[in-house]
Amino acid sequence: MVAAPADIAPPVPVAERAQRLARWLPAAGAVLVVALYVAFKNTAVLPHDDDASLFHWLNDARDWVDENRNTSPFFLYFVNYVRLGVAELFTLFQTALTALGWPGLIGVAAGLGWLAGGWRIALVSVVGFAGIGALGLWDASVDTLALTLSSVLLSLVIGIPIGILTGRSPRVRRIVSPVLDVMQIMPTFSYLSPIVLLFLIGPASATIATMIYAIPPAIRITALAIQRVPPTAVEASESLGATGGQTLRKVRLPMALNTITLGVNQTIAAALSMVPLVALIAAPGLGVDLIRALARVNVGAALVPGIAIVIIAIVLDRITRSAAVSRARSSAVRWAGFAVAIVAGLALTPVLAPEFPEQWQIQIIRPINDVVGWIEANWYGFTGFLNDTVAYGLLNPLQDVLTSAPWWLITIAVLGFAWRFSGLRAGLVAAGCLVAIAALSLWEHGMETLTIVLVASVITIAVGLALGIAAARSRWFAAVLRPILDAAQTMPSFSYLLPAVALFGNGRFTAIIASLIYAVPVVARLVEDGVRAVPGTVVEAARSAGSTDRQLLWKVQLPMAKSSLLLAANQGIVMTLAMVVIGALVGAGALGYDVVAGIAQQEDYGKGLAAGVALVLLGVMLDRITQGASGRPNSKKKRIA
Amino acid sequence: MGTAAIEVRGLWKIFGPKADRIIGSPDAELDSAALRAKTGCTAAVRDVSFEVRPGEVFVVMGLSGSGKSTLVRCLTRLIEPTGGDVAIGGEDVRGMSATQLRELRRHRVSMVFQHFGLLPHRRVLDNVAYGLEIQGVAKAVRHEKARAILSLVGLEGHEDSYPDQLSGGMQQRVGLARALAVDPEVLLFDEPFSALDPLIRRDMQAEVVRLHREVGKTMVFITHDLSEALKLGERIAIMRNGSIVQVGTPEELVGAPADDYVADFVRDVPKSHVLSLRWISRQPDADEPLDGPELPADTVIHDAIPAAMASARPIRVVADGELVGVVDRVDLLGAVRLGEGIGAQAGEALAGTRSSSASASASAPSAEEA
Repeated sequence: MVAAPADIAPPVPVAERAQRLARWLPAAGAVLVVALYVAFKNTAVLPHDDDASLFHWLNDARDWVDENRNTSPFFLYFVNYVRLGVAELFTLFQTALTALGWPGLIGVAAGLGWLAGGWRIALVSVVGFAGIGALGLWDASVDTLALTLSSVLLSLVIGIPIGILTGRSPRVRRIVSPVLDVMQIMPTFSYLSPIVLLFLIGPASATIATMIYAIPPAIRITALAIQRVPPTAVEASESLGATGGQTLRKVRLPMALNTITLGVNQTIAAALSMVPLVALIAAPGLGVDLIRALARVNVGAALVPGIAIVIIAIVLDRITRSAAVSRARSSAVRWAGFAVAIVAGLALTPVLAPEFPEQWQIQIIRPINDVVGWIEANWYGFTGFLNDTVAYGLLNPLQDVLTSAPWWLITIAVLGFAWRFSGLRAGLVAAGCLVAIAALSLWEHGMETLTIVLVASVITIAVGLALGIAAARSRWFAAVLRPILDAAQTMPSFSYLLPAVALFGNGRFTAIIASLIYAVPVVARLVEDGVRAVPGTVVEAARSAGSTDRQLLWKVQLPMAKSSLLLAANQGIVMTLAMVVIGALVGAGALGYDVVAGIAQQEDYGKGLAAGVALVLLGVMLDRITQGASGRPNSKKKRIA
Repeated sequence: MGTAAIEVRGLWKIFGPKADRIIGSPDAELDSAALRAKTGCTAAVRDVSFEVRPGEVFVVMGLSGSGKSTLVRCLTRLIEPTGGDVAIGGEDVRGMSATQLRELRRHRVSMVFQHFGLLPHRRVLDNVAYGLEIQGVAKAVRHEKARAILSLVGLEGHEDSYPDQLSGGMQQRVGLARALAVDPEVLLFDEPFSALDPLIRRDMQAEVVRLHREVGKTMVFITHDLSEALKLGERIAIMRNGSIVQVGTPEELVGAPADDYVADFVRDVPKSHVLSLRWISRQPDADEPLDGPELPADTVIHDAIPAAMASARPIRVVADGELVGVVDRVDLLGAVRLGEGIGAQAGEALAGTRSSSASASASAPSAEEA
């Protein structure tokens, strides 16, 4: 089934002995680590110190930058221009969208929807945008939309050419790929501090931060689309004497267009999930209300802007998705719909009131809070029990172990673990990341974040695996699950915080629940696809040999889906980390909170910057550990299962 | 260089690291497996030379992996040759600059591909006009030209369809039209019909024969299908492992295979459908009447049967007005019956059982050529 690796095959006695030793090694290692922990407990721990000299040094660096912001040529001739340009772009969008007025904007959205997907999508756009108005959040939504559009525009303007180059040249791919990998592992919080240092707080910084998060899908999907253009079409074009530019414009780009549009879709989704985070660096828009409400644990007040962002996400998703699916064989009807909707909207703008009419607005904050209050009052027994069980049964003991163990022991344990599952190089990188976190004076907070991530990951992977397998084995279950997972993947990531907060209040457990909702769809999807991808002939052969369903699953489907399972675990953990960090907004503390505090308070800046770096290191470490080198087939799978 | 439409001398294509160092070295003599083991390189085309006369249909035929598709791409440097010379219309292709090469591809040589290579986002009309478009021809002009070509290949009325709305055969007609639209001197066909159903394939082959008659272009036609090669080719080059094993007319290949490989290839071909009367004509016996029907010496044996049926007298075989010999009914029957075995090493018994199916599949070409 799973082929024995080549290094096991030769029947040389020495190799056999080494092989036996290797099998025995992990257990011995584990015993050794436990023994060392007992022996050296509470030695070489690195308790948190807010006054670490590194933090002060970083504060001084910040002060230097502040002093030289208008004199240093680097800022004068480069950074400041970038800031001004980006701010200009944002203002342009903001002014234009505001000038359209609410009827005009709804009309434009409806027109684009009509053009992309016919009257249904137009209807979705009208209902969606009118809904935002009804929530009483029109102005903030326009700001958010302007910010999103400007960062998406920048992402595409920069990302698509890079993507084309990446798709065309293996050399560029070798450079761009690892950079994108790190960018996607980086928790979003980690680059807020350095961006603020360069570009100050405000819409410019927010646009750039959003762009950094949104650009990887633009690049990746463009590159993929360009690579997938059938070589025969390209060859035919070249055989007719087309220049490189002509083949790009007339063959490659048009044939890649649908896929690139999907990339735009992903880019928009990514940009929208940054909305509440960039509110931390003074971006105007819905995020401001949301963050403020979260800080006050006012679920209703947080949910309303959250719903508005989700609506924007859904409308933009539907428009771009149908633009990607429907062939652009321009039908006159669609263009007519497009024109009519826009003209109608614009014509109504001067007629109707500039503000979204008060009488059309609905107040839902209070009813929501009533429901939340009712849940708190009546479900407390259940939610409190869950919360406490996880906190006292899992989080606290694990955190105690991680913070009371010597830092070198944890580093060695991670090295060994990663070596075993992903190879020596991954092990060294992972251990190096841990040492660097220690060097950043953030060991204890790092371990606290790691605790939450580990617990959340285990739950996420377990649930995702169960759902994925169930969906792969039952057509009926899959039919029910798929739309739910699809919907969940369109939502901006932070929106999962809100129901979690409603149920469990502030705290680490809420972050865990949020990351669960965030990451489980992806894990389940990957597991299901992996199990389904097992060739039907193999399954048939196993059945004809008399396998039970259980044997089929454990002996055929799961082993053959191994690479998907590994990927699912990897993605689950990386996504969990991203969400746990955002969980700082609802009291999950640790590194994420350091970043937030660093942005909010002058004197904590150094710590926040260091925490951002520590988050990247943590992300790289977790990614490397779970990467699973191809030479080590079995062990990883057993662990997950 | 001479007056040949295409002249290829000592052409090599080797894929892999430092491929250019292999030519001329002792490694060049190695067979493919040994070469790959030793240098990590694959020789797709090995020291190939041939000439194509203006207006000729030249077929390169070989099994998959024999290097024929690489060879045809080397002609316009869609794949850059590793060594050797290519001249088209007397001009050295390998010495051309990027611009000259583009001009060559734009105006003088165009290609039809196995998987069509159509652009799915363009209408049929714009696909056909594509070559003109990249030359910078104005829209009205190129559309007019494209319409004319579309009617030539029998696709009027489909101008505004998209390629995926057409059947495979029609799609390849679009591919053909696209190649013809730029009015090239030379058309290259890379297994254009192997992705099509057998019946459609036969239509398309007839189409190529017709087009060749009407427009008279020089054609280089790549195929792995022997009956296609025999049907279309005025001369055929048989490739094996990157080298050309034999170049000749269908008659020469079938009647006098250069080696066992070629002999094995053409073994199932009914000889009477390919060979001409020249191969079986003999000196008349003294008492034979010489007033029978007269046929040219290059008449295919099979096509002489009606004449023999109409007259009991021996057929007079003439070339350039001179009598070269006679063929009577016995000779014809012998050629049809025994001809199956000419050059074949297989047993006589097999030939009898095979002949019915083989001649059925090969009856079309002679009908076409008649």
